[in-house]
Amino acid sequence: MWDISSPTQELPEQEVPHQTRPNLGSGTPASLIATDVSAWFGSRKVLQRCSLRMEARQVTALIGPSGCGKSTFLRILNRMHEVIRVAKVAGSVELDGVDIYGRDLSVTQVRMRIGMVFQKPNPFPAMSIAENVLAGLKLSGTRASDKESLVEECLTRAGLWTEVKDRLNEGGMSLSGGQQQRLCIARSLAVRPQVLLMDEPCSALDPISTRVVEETIQAIADDVTIVIVTHNMQQAQRVSQECAFFLVEDQRSPGRIVESGPTAKLFSDPDDDRTLAYVTGRFG
Amino acid sequence: MSFVGGVTGSVAPSPGIGIAPHDDVPIRPADHPTFGDRVFRLACVAAASVALLIIASTVIFLVNKSRPALAKTGIWHFFTGSVWNKAGNDFAVFGLLLGTLIIGLIALVVAVPFAVGMALFVNEYAPPRVGRALTGVIDLLAAVPSLLFGMWGFFAFKAHVLPVSRWLSDHLVALPFFRLSKTVGSPNFTGSSLIAGLLVGVMIIPIITSVSRDVMARVPREQCEGALALGGSRWAMIRDVILPYGKSGIVGATMLGFGRALGETVAVAIVLQGVRFQVNTHILEQGAGSIAANIFTKFGEASPIELSALVASGLALMFLTFAVGLAARRVVARTTRF
Amino acid sequence: MEVASFVSVEAAIPDMDRPRDIRSTTREVITEYVTAAVVALYTVILLRMVLDWHGLFGSILIFLLVFLTVHYALVRQSTTKELATDRLTTTLIWSVGIIVVAILVWIFGFTALKGFKKFSWSFLTEDSRTASPLHDGGGVSQAIVGSLEQVGVAALVSVPISILTAVYLHELQGRLARPIRFIVEGLAGLPSIVAGLLIFTIWPKFAGVHAAAALGILMLPTVTRTSEEILRTVPDSLREAALALGAPQWRVVLRVVLPTAKSGLLTAAILGIARAIGETAPVLLTAFDTSIMNKNPFDGPQASLPTYAWANVRVPNQLQNDRAWSAALLLLMIVLVLFVLARAIGARGAKRLQGR
Repeated sequence: MWDISSPTQELPEQEVPHQTRPNLGSGTPASLIATDVSAWFGSRKVLQRCSLRMEARQVTALIGPSGCGKSTFLRILNRMHEVIRVAKVAGSVELDGVDIYGRDLSVTQVRMRIGMVFQKPNPFPAMSIAENVLAGLKLSGTRASDKESLVEECLTRAGLWTEVKDRLNEGGMSLSGGQQQRLCIARSLAVRPQVLLMDEPCSALDPISTRVVEETIQAIADDVTIVIVTHNMQQAQRVSQECAFFLVEDQRSPGRIVESGPTAKLFSDPDDDRTLAYVTGRFG
Repeated sequence: MSFVGGVTGSVAPSPGIGIAPHDDVPIRPADHPTFGDRVFRLACVAAASVALLIIASTVIFLVNKSRPALAKTGIWHFFTGSVWNKAGNDFAVFGLLLGTLIIGLIALVVAVPFAVGMALFVNEYAPPRVGRALTGVIDLLAAVPSLLFGMWGFFAFKAHVLPVSRWLSDHLVALPFFRLSKTVGSPNFTGSSLIAGLLVGVMIIPIITSVSRDVMARVPREQCEGALALGGSRWAMIRDVILPYGKSGIVGATMLGFGRALGETVAVAIVLQGVRFQVNTHILEQGAGSIAANIFTKFGEASPIELSALVASGLALMFLTFAVGLAARRVVARTTRF
Repeated sequence: MEVASFVSVEAAIPDMDRPRDIRSTTREVITEYVTAAVVALYTVILLRMVLDWHGLFGSILIFLLVFLTVHYALVRQSTTKELATDRLTTTLIWSVGIIVVAILVWIFGFTALKGFKKFSWSFLTEDSRTASPLHDGGGVSQAIVGSLEQVGVAALVSVPISILTAVYLHELQGRLARPIRFIVEGLAGLPSIVAGLLIFTIWPKFAGVHAAAALGILMLPTVTRTSEEILRTVPDSLREAALALGAPQWRVVLRVVLPTAKSGLLTAAILGIARAIGETAPVLLTAFDTSIMNKNPFDGPQASLPTYAWANVRVPNQLQNDRAWSAALLLLMIVLVLFVLARAIGARGAKRLQGR
C-alpha cells in the first residue's frame, strides 16, 4: 500500500523582525469555500460543479493530470479567470462567508485579499527589488507607513532577505529563477492577503530553488491560507494538509473534483479507485 | 463508486443542503468601475477618436473644397481629359493620373527585385550581425527625407540614367513605350517618367523589404529544415519553401510600396522640373507628371478655382492610395493563415 | 549527392576538444570568384574603349552579367547544376545587398560633399535676411527654429494621442477597436501633400502651428502602429501579476505596462519625429516659407529646413543651390542623429527586459 510520506523536516527558526505591521487588508488567514463552481471558455465547459472547502491556516493542494482545470479553478478563486474575454463562471466562492462574485467586494478588493503567485516568475522589469516588493501597495493605491521594514519583513518571510539585502536597488530581473519566484512571493505578501493562491510555483525552478520555495510555503502557512496547484505528488504530500484530486474523462469533458480530503488519506487510502491510480503513478 | 465531487466529510455539502441549486448558468460578476477607471477609459477613447476625426474632416472639407472646380468642368471631363488651362478655368487630370500610375509601375519594376533580394539576403544569407546592420541601413534609407532624394536624384542620379535612356531608345524600339515621340532633332531625356520612376523605386525599397522580410521570417523552421534534410540546397529551400509561403506577403508588400510611390511628391517634383499634364506614354523622354507633384508646384500661385481643382485631384489621389493600401493589407493578411 | 566541399584544410588533424571548422571557404571557391571578377572587369574596360561608352549603370550591368556567367561556368565544371545554381543565386543576392548599401553611401557621400561648402557657424546662427542670390552671407537659423518649433508642437500633441490610442487598441480592446485600427492603418497611406491640403483648406492662413497640425496627422498612424507593437511585447504575465495584486486596470497600464514599454515607446516617438522633420510638401502648404526669423508659430509664415532647401534648389543659381545643399546636409545629420539615438534607446530597453 502507499507509504505515508515522512513528516516534513524541522525548519530553522525564521526571524521575523518585530516591527509594527502596516494596516492593509485584514491580513488574518481566511477560509475559502467554493460551491458548485462551473467554468466555460466561450461555449466550451471546462469545469463541472466543483465544490471544495479550503480551511484557514491550512495548505490545500490541487492535484491531477494536466488539462483537468486545476489552474482554471485556482484563477476563479481570485477572479482572474474573468480577465480572459470569453471566460464565464457559475457557482459561488465565499471568503469567510462573503461571496467574492457578489456586490459586497470589488474585484480589486478581492484580489488584494486573495493573492496569487504564478508558474513563471514575473517580477516587474521596470522596478528594482525593493520597488517590486512594494509594487502591490503602489498598484492598489495603498499607503505604507514604514516601507523599509515592510520590505525587509516580506523578503525575510519569503526567505530572500539575506541574499538581496545589499542590492535592494538593483533591477528585479537580475535574480536567478528561484530568487525571482521568492521575490514574487514577497511581493504578494506585502499586501497582507488572507489567502495566497499558488499556480505550480516550482515547476519552472530547479530542485534546489524548489526546496527553498517549499520551505517558504511552510513558513508562511500559519499567517495565510494557501491553495497550491501542483503536478508533483511528492510536493503535495510534503506541503499540504488537504488535497483535492481533479480529473477529466476525455478531452471534451469538463474537469471535476473526483475526491478531496486530508492529504495523508488521499495518498494512502483514497475512497476512489481513480485517485488511487493517480497517486500510485499508474497514469499522469 | 460515486464520482461527483464531495464524498468525504470535509467537503462542502452537496446541493440541496442549505444552498440553493443553481442552473449551471454563468453568472455576471458585479462590476464596480472606479473613478480612475472611468477617466482613463474616457481619455483613451477620446484619443482613439482623433483618427476618426481626421478621416471625417478630410472627407468633409476636401470634398467641399473641390466642388467649385468639379462643378465648373464637370466630373466626367475632370477625370478623362488632360488639360490645365488656368485662364479658361479648365482643368482635367487624366494625363496626371496616368503619369502617376506609370511612375508607380516603373518604381515597382525597379524596387521589387532589389527589395525581395534584400529581404532574402537579410533573412537567409547574411551572418546575423551583418543582417542586423543591414536592417538598420534599410531603415535609414527609409528615413532619408524625400527632398534629399529629389536633390540627389537631380544632381547625381539623373546623369547616369540618361545614357540608359539613350540606349533603350536606340536598341529596344520594339517596345512601344521605349519609343520617342519625335524622330527628328535630339530627344530630351531629362525630366522623364523613367528617371522619376527609378528614383521613386529606390525610395520604396525599404518598405517592400521590411514587409517581405517579416513575412518570410514567419516560415516555420520545420518546413525549411525539412527541405534541407531532403538534400536540397539553400536556393532550393528558398525557391520551394520560403517563396511559396511568402508569396502573398510579397505581393502585399509590393502593393504597399506601390501606394507609397503614388503619393511621392517632392522627389518627383524636383526631378521632373515641371509637370506636364498631357497623356504621355513615352517614358524615356521629358513630359511626365504626377498628381502630387502637380499640386506641389502649382500651389503657390493658384487661383481659387485652380486651388479647388488641385484639391479635387488630391482627393482622387487619396482615394486611389487608400484603395491600393486596403487591398495590400488584405493580401498580406492572407499569409498568416498558415 | 556529394559532400559539401567546405572543410578547411586546417581541420585535418583535429584536437579532441576543438570545434571543427566546417564553414570556411576553400581556396577553390576564392579562385573562382576572383577569376570571374577579373574576366568581367576586362570585358567592361574593353567594351568601354571599343564602343566608346560612358554610362556607369551600363558598365555595372555588363560587369554583373559577365561576372555571373563566368562564375557559373567555372562552378559548373566541378559541381552539379543544383549546387551551381545555388552559388549563382548566392552571388546574385550578395550583389543586391552590396548595391543597396552602395546607393545609401552614394546619397550620404554626395550630400556631404555638396553641403560641406556653405556649412559654417554663421550659417547655423544667422537668418536669411541678408542673403541674396548674388552675395554670400546669411544662414538658415530661421529655418532651424521653424523646423524645431513645428516638429516639436506636432510631437507634443500627436505622440500622447498616439500612445493613448495604442493603449485603447491593445489594453482596453474596446468595441471600436477594430474600426479604429482599420482607420489608423488607412491613414498610414495618406499622401503627405493631402495632409497639407486638408489643413490649408480648414485654416487658409500660413502659420507654424498649421504645419505642426499637418505633421501631427502624418505622425499619428506610424507612432500608433509602432506603439501598439511595443505594447504587444510586454508579456501578459506582468499584467496578470499586477491585476493579481489588486490593481485597477488603469494602474496596471500606467504603472506597469507603460514603464516597461518606456524605451520602445520613446523609440517610436523619435522615429516619428525623424520622419516629420524631413517633410516638405505639407509644410510648404501650411507654413509656406520666409527669409526672416519668425519665432511665433501661431502667426505668419514660418521657414523650415526642407522648404528653405526647396526654395533654393529650384532656381538655377549656384550660390543658392550651395545653400540648399548645406541645409539638406544639416537635415540629414539631424535625421541620422535621431536615428542612432532611437536605436540606442531601443537596444538598452530590450536588454533590460531580459535582465541586466
